[in-house]
Amino acid sequence: MAIIIKMPALSPTMTEGKIASWLKKEGDAIKAGDVIAEIETDKATMEVEAVDEGTLGKIIVAEGTEGVAVNAPIAVLAEDGDDKAAVAAAAKDAAAEAPAPAAKAETPAAPAAPAAPAPASKPAPVAAPAPAPKPAPVAKPAAPTAAGGRVFASPLARRLARDGGIDIARVPGSGPHGRIIKADVEAFVASGGHGMAAGGLCAGAGQAFGPANARVEPHSNMRKVIARRLTESKQTVPHFYVAMDCDIGALLALRKEVNEIDESLKISVNDFIIRASALALRKVPEANVSWADDGMKVFDAADISVAVATEGGGLITPIVRAADRKGLAAISAEARDLVARARSGKLTPDEYQGGTFSISNMGMFGVREFTAIINPPQSCILAVGAGEERAVVRDGEIVIRNMMTLTLSCDHRAVDGALGAKLLGAIKELIEHPVRLVL
Amino acid sequence: MADTTFDLIVIGGGPGGYVAAIRAAQLGMKTAVVERAHMGGICLNWGCSPTKALLRTAEVAHLVAHADEFGVKATANGVDLKKVVARSRAVAGQLSKGISGLMKKNKVTVFDARARLDGMAAGGARKVALSDADGKALDPLTAKHVILATGARARTLPGLEPDGKHIVTYKEAMVPETMPKRLLVIGSGAIGIEFASFYNDLGADVTVVEVMDRVLPVEDADVSAFAEKAFEKQGMTIHTATSVKSLKVQKGKVVAEIVPGKDPDKARSETFDRVILAVGITGNVEDLGLEKTRVRVEKGHIRINQWCETGEPGVYAIGDVAGPPWLAHKASHEAVLCVERIAGHDGVHPLDTANIPGCTYCRPQVASVGLTEARAKAEGYEVKVGKFPFIGNGKAIALGEAEGFVKTVFDAKTGQLLGAHMIGAEVTELIQGFVVAKTLETTEAELMATVFPHPTLSEMMHESVLDAFGRVIHF
Repeated sequence: MAIIIKMPALSPTMTEGKIASWLKKEGDAIKAGDVIAEIETDKATMEVEAVDEGTLGKIIVAEGTEGVAVNAPIAVLAEDGDDKAAVAAAAKDAAAEAPAPAAKAETPAAPAAPAAPAPASKPAPVAAPAPAPKPAPVAKPAAPTAAGGRVFASPLARRLARDGGIDIARVPGSGPHGRIIKADVEAFVASGGHGMAAGGLCAGAGQAFGPANARVEPHSNMRKVIARRLTESKQTVPHFYVAMDCDIGALLALRKEVNEIDESLKISVNDFIIRASALALRKVPEANVSWADDGMKVFDAADISVAVATEGGGLITPIVRAADRKGLAAISAEARDLVARARSGKLTPDEYQGGTFSISNMGMFGVREFTAIINPPQSCILAVGAGEERAVVRDGEIVIRNMMTLTLSCDHRAVDGALGAKLLGAIKELIEHPVRLVL
Repeated sequence: MADTTFDLIVIGGGPGGYVAAIRAAQLGMKTAVVERAHMGGICLNWGCSPTKALLRTAEVAHLVAHADEFGVKATANGVDLKKVVARSRAVAGQLSKGISGLMKKNKVTVFDARARLDGMAAGGARKVALSDADGKALDPLTAKHVILATGARARTLPGLEPDGKHIVTYKEAMVPETMPKRLLVIGSGAIGIEFASFYNDLGADVTVVEVMDRVLPVEDADVSAFAEKAFEKQGMTIHTATSVKSLKVQKGKVVAEIVPGKDPDKARSETFDRVILAVGITGNVEDLGLEKTRVRVEKGHIRINQWCETGEPGVYAIGDVAGPPWLAHKASHEAVLCVERIAGHDGVHPLDTANIPGCTYCRPQVASVGLTEARAKAEGYEVKVGKFPFIGNGKAIALGEAEGFVKTVFDAKTGQLLGAHMIGAEVTELIQGFVVAKTLETTEAELMATVFPHPTLSEMMHESVLDAFGRVIHF
C-alpha cells in the first residue's frame, strides 16, 4: 500500500518549511535511513530520512517550494506491489487534503512553550529528521499555529490579513495566549512578512538590545508629538532635496551697516533668511502650497515657521505671519520675541500652529549643511548651514568668500524638482542681492 | 515593632492602590498600603459610589413624580435631605469597610499615615518616610518597589476659590445640609453634570456654565447636543461657550460674574444660593518627596510610560495622579498591569485608552467607548456611522424611557468598531457589550451575527450596528 510522506516537524516550534531539494528522484529505490530530501526552516537546513522501504512513487511538493506546512503531504512512497495507479490515487487524495493542512490537521495545538526544547517527541510516521543539530532553544512562545493547531486570531486581525493577502497562520501572535491581534498583522506587514509579534520589540527591547541596566525615561508629551509627526512625515511625505551655496558677503556687509544705523535693531542673518524665503515664496507662489487629498491648498501669505529648540529638550516652530509683507525690523523684533517665548514654553497654540514654510537653522552649531524633515502639512523646509569662509572659484581664480549652504526639502506631491530648484534659486538670488530685502 | 520591610509599598488606598496591593499579594509579594484617610479613596468615599446613591434617590423621586403615568397612585411628599445624605454615607461606609476586609484577607499591611519617598536604604531598597495626622514621624518603611497611587483633587481656578460653604467642590456638594433654591454648577464634565442632574431632580433651580461650546465636551457631539436639550427640557439653564469670571459671597448668597465667550460685552451678574465647582482635577503630587528623584511632574500629573514606570527606577505611578482619563477603572487596570510587570509576567499589555469606557450617571445616562465620530474623522478614518433611537425599541417604550439613542462608529475600510456612544436609560450598563466587542477586536460582521435577547434595551446596540451598514430593521 502506498505511504504518504508528510512534511516533518524538525523542531518543536516549526510550523512550516521549504523543500530545499529532493535527493531522490521518482522511481528511486529507498531504504530506511536514506536521506531523501533537505528541508530548510528559518533556523537551519536539515536532512529528512526515510523510515520505510520502497520506491519513491511521486513527488507532490516540488523542490524550492516555500511555506510548506508541517504534516502537509510532500511525496508518496510505493511499497512492493503498488502499481502506478495506486500511487497516483494516493497522491491525488493527499493533494486534495493538502491546501489547508494547518487548519485540518488533527494534532492539538502545542502548549505555548515547551519547558525543555526537546526534539520533536514523535517523528512523523514515515519520514524522520536525520540526527540533526540540536534545535535552537525556544526563546519566544511558539506561534499559535504550532504544529497545525487552530489559529487563534481576532476577527479584525483575520479580516486585515485576508484583505492584505496574508496567510494569518504565518503571523506571530502577541495577544492573550498568543492570540493574533490587529497590531500583530500590522507589525507583520511592516516587517515585510517576517513578523515579530507586536509589542515584542518594545516589550523586550531593553533586555534584548540595550545594556541590561538602562533606565526607561517616560516621554514628555512634546517628545511624543515630535516622534509621531516626524515619523508620519518621513513615512508618508515623499521628500526630495535640493542644495545651493550662497555667497553671503554682501548680506553680512549690509547687516553690519543696518545694525549700525540703529543699535537696538540687532537684525540677525536668520532674519534676512526669513525675509528672503517669504519674498521668494511670493515670487514663486506655486511653491507656497500644501498637498491635501481633495486638492492643492494655495496660500496667499507666506507664514514662516522657525524651528526653535526648547529649554526642556524638544522642538517647536513659532510662526512669523505674513513675513512677505513685513519689513526686516518688524520680522526681527517678532522673531526675537517668539523665539524667546518658545524656548521657555510660553507660546499660545495660534503662535505655532499653521505656517506655510519652515526654516531650520543649525548654523550656530557649526553645521555645514544638513537635510530637514518636512513639517506637515507644509511642503518645504529650508535647512540653513553655517556661514563660513570657503575657497571658491570666481573668474577662473580661487578666492575666499563667505559662503553658506542652503538645502531645501520638498514634498514631491506638491512641489516638483524644477519648482523646488526655482524656489531655492529665488531665495539664493535674494540673499546674494540683499538690498532687495530691505526695500 | 511592626514589620517595616516589604517587597512593594503602595501609597494611596483608592481603586488604583488597593487593587495593586491585592494583585501583588496574589503574586506572593509582601505588600503594604499607606492611606492617609479612608481605604477605597475618593472613589468609594467621596466620588463614584456615594454619588450613585444620591442619583438613585433622584431617580426614585422622578419615578414617584411620574407614578401616575404607570397607573400607580402616589404623591411625592418632599425629600428628607438628611436621610438622603445619610443613605449615601452609609453606602460609602459599607464599601470602605469591605476594602479593609479585603486587605486583611490578602494579608496586606495597611498604614494609616502620610507617606513620602525618602531616598535609598541599604541593599538598594527604597525608603518611605511615614508621618501621622499631626505630622509626627512614624517608623519608616523600605521596599524595592513603590507605587504612587495618590489620586487627585478638584482643580480650582483663580477668582473661583471655594469657601466650603457657599462655593463648594464635589465633597461638600455630596453632603448638603439644605437644598439650594438657585444652584450654579461651573463645568459640565461628568462630575458637574451628575450634580446638576441630582439637584435639578430634587427641585433646585440649576444653571450650568460650560466654557467649551457644548456640555459633556469629551463625548460625541450628537450626545452633547441631545443631553443639552434633555436637560433644558427638565428645567435646567445651560450656558455653553461661557465662563465665570468671579464669585463673591454677599449676605449668604454668591454673586457670579458670567461672561459669554462670544460676546464679552454682555457680561452680567447673577445671584445664587450655592455654587459647585467642577472644572477638572489636579494630581496629588505634593509632599511625596519627588523633588530629589527623577520622577517628573507635568501639568499637575506624574509622567509615566506605558508600563506606569516613572523616570525613577523602582517608582511607579497609576491612576488619577498619573493623568487622564480620570476614571477608577483605569486606575485599577493600571494597577494590575503595573504589578504584573514588576513581577516579571510575560504577556502584560499596555492599556489601550481607546478601550476604556466612560459613564455619566445623569438623567438621561451617558456612556461611551472609543473614538467619537469627529475624532475618528480627524484621525483619517473613513467612517460608517449607525444610530438607533430609543423610540424604536420595545423595551424602552415599555419602561417609559423612550428618550435617547445608540450610535456606533466603524472604520469603513476594515469594519473595525472605532467607537460607541449612547445616551438614555441604563446605557451605563449596556456599554460593556461594546467594550468587550472592542477589546476582542470584533468587526461589524460578528456584532451583526450576535443574537441579542428580546425584549431588551440591548437590541438597540444591534440595530445601531445594522444601521451603520444600511441594514437597520426596526426604524
